[in-house]
Amino acid sequence: MERIYLDHAATTPMHPKVAERIFEAHNINFGNPSSIHSFGREARHLLDQARETLASSIGAKQNEIIFTSGGTEADNMALLGIAEGYQQNGKHIITTQVEHHAVLHTCKKLEKMGYEVTYLPVDETGGISIDVFRASLRDDTILVSVMYGNNEVGTLQPITEIGQILTDHQAIFHTDAVQAYGIENIDVNKSFIDLLAVSAHKINGPKGTGFLFARENVKLAPRSFGGDQERKRRAGTENVPSLSGFREAVLISQAEREIKRKNFKQFKEAFMNILKEQDVEFSLNGTLEYSLPHVLNLSFPGTNVESMLVNLDMAGIAVSSGSACTAGSVEPSHVLVAMFGKNSERLINSIRFSFGYNTTEKQIVTAAEETAKIVKRLRK
Amino acid sequence: METKDPKHTRVVVGMSGGVDSSVAALLLKQQGYDVIGIFMKNWDDTDENGVCTATEDYDDVIRVCNQIGIPYYAVNFEKQYWDKVFTYFLEEYKAGRTPNPDVMCNKEIKFKAFLEHAINLGADYVATGHYARVDYRDGEYKMLRGLDENKDQTYFLNQLSQEQLKKVLFPIGELEKSRVREIAREAELATAAKKDSTGICFIGERNFKEFLSNYLPAKKGKMETFDGEVKGTHDGLMYYTIGQRHGLGIGGSGEPWFAIGKDLKRNVLYVGQGFHHDMLYSDAIIANKISWVSNKEKPAEFECTAKFRYRQEDHKVTVRLLDNDQVQVIFHEPIRAVTPGQSAVFYLGEECLGGGTIDKVFKNSEMLTYVG
Repeated sequence: MERIYLDHAATTPMHPKVAERIFEAHNINFGNPSSIHSFGREARHLLDQARETLASSIGAKQNEIIFTSGGTEADNMALLGIAEGYQQNGKHIITTQVEHHAVLHTCKKLEKMGYEVTYLPVDETGGISIDVFRASLRDDTILVSVMYGNNEVGTLQPITEIGQILTDHQAIFHTDAVQAYGIENIDVNKSFIDLLAVSAHKINGPKGTGFLFARENVKLAPRSFGGDQERKRRAGTENVPSLSGFREAVLISQAEREIKRKNFKQFKEAFMNILKEQDVEFSLNGTLEYSLPHVLNLSFPGTNVESMLVNLDMAGIAVSSGSACTAGSVEPSHVLVAMFGKNSERLINSIRFSFGYNTTEKQIVTAAEETAKIVKRLRK
Repeated sequence: METKDPKHTRVVVGMSGGVDSSVAALLLKQQGYDVIGIFMKNWDDTDENGVCTATEDYDDVIRVCNQIGIPYYAVNFEKQYWDKVFTYFLEEYKAGRTPNPDVMCNKEIKFKAFLEHAINLGADYVATGHYARVDYRDGEYKMLRGLDENKDQTYFLNQLSQEQLKKVLFPIGELEKSRVREIAREAELATAAKKDSTGICFIGERNFKEFLSNYLPAKKGKMETFDGEVKGTHDGLMYYTIGQRHGLGIGGSGEPWFAIGKDLKRNVLYVGQGFHHDMLYSDAIIANKISWVSNKEKPAEFECTAKFRYRQEDHKVTVRLLDNDQVQVIFHEPIRAVTPGQSAVFYLGEECLGGGTIDKVFKNSEMLTYVG
């Protein structure tokens, strides 16, 4: 049975060129970039190259990139670092109800520390309202954290509009771009972004690697202490091989972005067309208009996600229900709850299909047909 | 009985993270079946530190399934369990009876909700780590005691029907518990040395009194002898089971004291001295919610053996069928501490015939109103 991987929003396969680059760096460029000898210099050179590529990928400067262990650490660093760094200006934070838990759970922690957090609601497409956002802004708001594109339903938020509004407000603007980076064309200057979190493993790079963009003039209190790495904002010997691989992944994603965007949009349409042809009742969670091209979240009335996921897995099709669940706890997706309310049927019958590197049209057809078959069987 | 090539027979194993279901899955895999392990989450016991035994148990399921080389999934039946098992459990306690949630869990969850889920996944059979056996004889499915007499779990499975047994495998029913452990050790399964779970599944190792007090108000009251002599204070009638010795805290000379009965109206716990106290004995019951394994018509009256609590020895009885899924059960010898709410389960030799819930208890044709 050919297995079909349609869970690229969870993680992606590493691109062979990336793997090669990492292997090589581990073998040859193993030096510590802080060392003064030739080994150290070689590693430092790779690190600088990575920093340069990552910075330019979002229109940032080199000294604005802080390497991290991934998106979660970058989000944590942004929120906790700004909250601490700007506490004398106020204790109010604005975020949304549909953020990744890396942001939401950090906000919960901040609430316990005495900060006040406003969680912006979303409409049925998953988007926030700019008017509601504007009305939520206060003089003591120090941080606004709104994700770029949603990991469960793909909805893009009005990032540039938020950034624009904040140009004459003290609040620092952070965006979690983990799911959007690599597929969306992100420019931190055009969108007035102060902080931005990215993860490598979502774009065919290595796991355990990411970065936080932090604008030069932003006061970010450090979260780890030790050596002078990352301008004392993140101590610890840099993961040079992974960062070198991350760079490779970014270069590839830049070269392939437009063709991927085009293909993935077609995949979405093809997938839904097949379901329609097969007379399968479904509805889209989110929107096709302002959405990440690679994330498709569908609701299948009359089915149950637990049966759907297992049946699809047994048919060799790897998908997910949005947020990962553990030990059988079906925590309903907080994103779908925010969009449809906590009593919606969609909470228990929605599946996320997400595309990526090496997803083919043929796989989409097979997956859609297999999905149709399973839905029909379960509805009996 | 149709037989399919094991390779094309899909068996969904209900895995708890314990050694019995681990070995059940292993044996099926070794027999060549298409095996899938599924962990059922029926109860959320996440504590204030975010720790939940289900997470640890599921981790064990994952380790074992990866060792065996089978896929694993989890399914959540918290809602069904609450509605069908826990609600019943509380209602019974409120009524002064001693419920058996494991019987209800098997009936409503493991061999109903879970079975349906498995069938939705294309399963031909579900399997569990119960010590029981299924055999097809004389044109019907029989449920037989597990070969390890000490571990036999048919008592808890007494409500299973032909429809259910048709779809059920008990791979370790032929084995002694010690052999199950041995197989687990030989295969180096992660659960080989894991302690057996004790007590009611959703309470686990926790203090039963404390658990129950979260859901039912406990009302302290008097402990009295049948002669009206006050012997102390009880913490709430629901905490005591007929025949129980521990936790009464009555000192003094002579034989130890036992819980013998309850007066719900007066909130009094009756106590008496001696394990064989006369009032602890009864000679007949009415049981309701009777379910027979066989669909074949039963004679209006027949002799068999019965158990009135788990791991009790068999007692000779005469069963008379009554209307409305009820039976009268006449004991050939008086039996100690037969308690309403518990199951009465009937056997013919190694065969479990079915069972029901003890509703009314009698002695010398008089109903014992004090047993709950």
